Amino acid sequence: MSFFKKLKEKLSGSQEQEQTTEKYTEGLKKTRSGFSEKMNNLFARYRKIDEDFFEELEEILIGADVGFDTVVELIDELKLEVKRQNTNEPEALREIITEKFVGIYAGDDEMSSELNIQETGLTVILFVGVNGVGKTTTIGKLAHQFKTEGKKVMLAAGDTFRAGAIEQLEVWGERTGVDVIKQAEGSDPAAVMYDAVRAAKSRGADILLCDTAGRLQNKVNLMNELQKVKRVIEREIPEAPHEVLLVVDATTGQNALIQAKTFKEATAVSGIVLTKLDGTAKGGIVLAIRKELGVPVKFVGLGEKMDDLQPFDAEKYAYGLFAQAFEQKESESEDETAE
Amino acid sequence: MMAFEGLAERLQGTMQKIRGKGKVSESDVKEMMREVRLALLEADVNFKVVKEFVKKVSERSVGQEVMKSLTPGQQVIKVVKEELTELMGGEESRISTAKRPPTVIMMIGLQGAGKTTTTGKLANLLRKKYNRKPLLVAADIYRPAAIKQLETLGKQLDMPVFSLGDQVSPVEIAKQAIQKAKDDHLDYVLIDTAGRLHIDEGLMDELKQIKDLSSPEEIFLVVDSMTGQDAVNVAESFNEQLGITGVVLTKLDGDTRGGAALSIRAVTGKPIKFVGMGEKLDALEQFHPERMASRILGMGDVLSLIEKAQTNVDETKAKELEQKMRTMSFTFDDFLEQLGQVRSMGPLDEILKMLPGANKMKGLNNVQVDEKQIGRVEAIIRSMTKNEKQQPEIINSGRRKRIARGSGTSIQEVNRLLKQFEDMKKMMKQMSSMQQKGKKKGGMPKLPFM
Repeated sequence: MSFFKKLKEKLSGSQEQEQTTEKYTEGLKKTRSGFSEKMNNLFARYRKIDEDFFEELEEILIGADVGFDTVVELIDELKLEVKRQNTNEPEALREIITEKFVGIYAGDDEMSSELNIQETGLTVILFVGVNGVGKTTTIGKLAHQFKTEGKKVMLAAGDTFRAGAIEQLEVWGERTGVDVIKQAEGSDPAAVMYDAVRAAKSRGADILLCDTAGRLQNKVNLMNELQKVKRVIEREIPEAPHEVLLVVDATTGQNALIQAKTFKEATAVSGIVLTKLDGTAKGGIVLAIRKELGVPVKFVGLGEKMDDLQPFDAEKYAYGLFAQAFEQKESESEDETAE
Repeated sequence: MMAFEGLAERLQGTMQKIRGKGKVSESDVKEMMREVRLALLEADVNFKVVKEFVKKVSERSVGQEVMKSLTPGQQVIKVVKEELTELMGGEESRISTAKRPPTVIMMIGLQGAGKTTTTGKLANLLRKKYNRKPLLVAADIYRPAAIKQLETLGKQLDMPVFSLGDQVSPVEIAKQAIQKAKDDHLDYVLIDTAGRLHIDEGLMDELKQIKDLSSPEEIFLVVDSMTGQDAVNVAESFNEQLGITGVVLTKLDGDTRGGAALSIRAVTGKPIKFVGMGEKLDALEQFHPERMASRILGMGDVLSLIEKAQTNVDETKAKELEQKMRTMSFTFDDFLEQLGQVRSMGPLDEILKMLPGANKMKGLNNVQVDEKQIGRVEAIIRSMTKNEKQQPEIINSGRRKRIARGSGTSIQEVNRLLKQFEDMKKMMKQMSSMQQKGKKKGGMPKLPFM
């Protein structure tokens, strides 16, 4: 059975499966329309695989913000595969490309996209990232989801710097019916965290979601401040924070790789939240992040609604990206057999 | 792996090959062009823009300019930089004014680009530089607390903010705001709109309505300078639907190369008017195409560095210092003052980063200037008596102990500083005698912690 067919069958099992697959397919509509159109176009125009074919493929991938080194490696692997299969049929490559994508996203290690949630006691999740990527919104959406699962959730308003940031988190607290621990604007974020962890412990919360101010990774002082925030949490609960999630805007280019590296060094980032994928950006840089730093994507933002933040699933993602191309091809081959 | 190579470093390999041959062939140029392409792609310039650009540079290079040059590598860099600068247009930070006030400016862009902060910064600039009276308009009714954010900025700036809460349509808010500006004789209306995807038809339509009723003089597209390949889609789409008049590039105080600037300019033809250079409300600066070109090519930003030094170092004080160095009367008081001057230029590691190739230089690579260490040096000096500062030679072991205790440091640290200060004075003596022979003007001495 083809890789696509296997994927499709796997993803259309239960009703719940189909619903989230649908979310991916819908959310990635714009992302895909550029990407798979280009892919289809490429496969339609080339009769055989040659240098020009690879050059165009390279451009499509670069256009999706997949880092240059990653693209070159990927193309080299594909060239090798072509040689091994002794083919020069472009169609043969279509599936191999999808497979490679899933391979990189999913990784060959055991690192999964699942969150490290404690079975008993408090789970602390720290959110970090540069300015304007959607940290607070992500926290709001996650608070809603955890609450729906029946968990007791609390929020820590650690962005004491940006005007209106505390109020923004408070609105989310009201919307989701969740307590927000805060201090005045301009106060020490580490002190807010200390309060929040204490309060979460004493009130018996299951999940504490900690917001922090956006900061550019080259600001040494601000990165030091972030380390201090993390240390304060560690001091209260030795194994916390249980997750440090770096929020990355899907429209970001190569700088996202430097972001991931620097934030990882400072705060031991355990996963990526890739936001704003419902635009036309492809967020391909997470491929490079996964490949070079080993940090997995844990959530993707596929829209503005509360439940549009989805746990990342490499297979669904790849299916969402290639669905159109795949289905088209499948129906064609069915037509052929019918004739 | 992670620090991206600048064009100069990229071209080094190719150059070494050519050096032995004494003549540049067309295939050498082709190889150099591949490096140019890579450098631009790594800087996030859109691949289509890169293609066009490389074609143009390649034509110039195959011609006389590069192939006949004795330093083809330098020549390629020069051509690339010239073309880049030209493509990014002239320096244009002018803001149009309506014939009849108020002048309306719309701020638009994707979510998280920095519209609200930029609106505050722009209002501050209008007042400070042009003596204008702006009205800030909170038309982002969607993002939680966006109105509150603008109101807080208004309070910090002591400027009026117009808001009707989040239940009134942005179109109505804009309409009433303009009337309010007329009534209160305010001459600029800055409309902070909600972030939206360029493909969101409903919300794009809302912007069109605001545009139609307010006939804005300027529509600024606010773009995050870290944006990747998608920058062209975003800019093209906003421009087609609304007709932007200029671009504000935000978060340029980060370490992104900022190739999006080039992409946007190339696809829209609209000028980049301002750049956001920090979180403070006065950190909105004029756009300099040449500096941006250097940055995209990873060649450092020497001009900004010189400018920083010029605005922060007092010239008469520098002359005085020079005199003191010559006559060997440089004391710890002078040293303290100098420390202050250097620090007023900003965090030292950021200053170092502006040096071209600094990220490549051995020793400077990943240098983290320890600001705390400088603080300790200052503390030690401040713990000295007046006499000790003027005549460090009187500092005996008892005094050292006292200074260490007073500054919360150790005797070893005090000793080290005293030794460094002695060395520095010796060095100054050598330098000034050298300078007197060469009749050159003196510069700043090297500080012990650099």
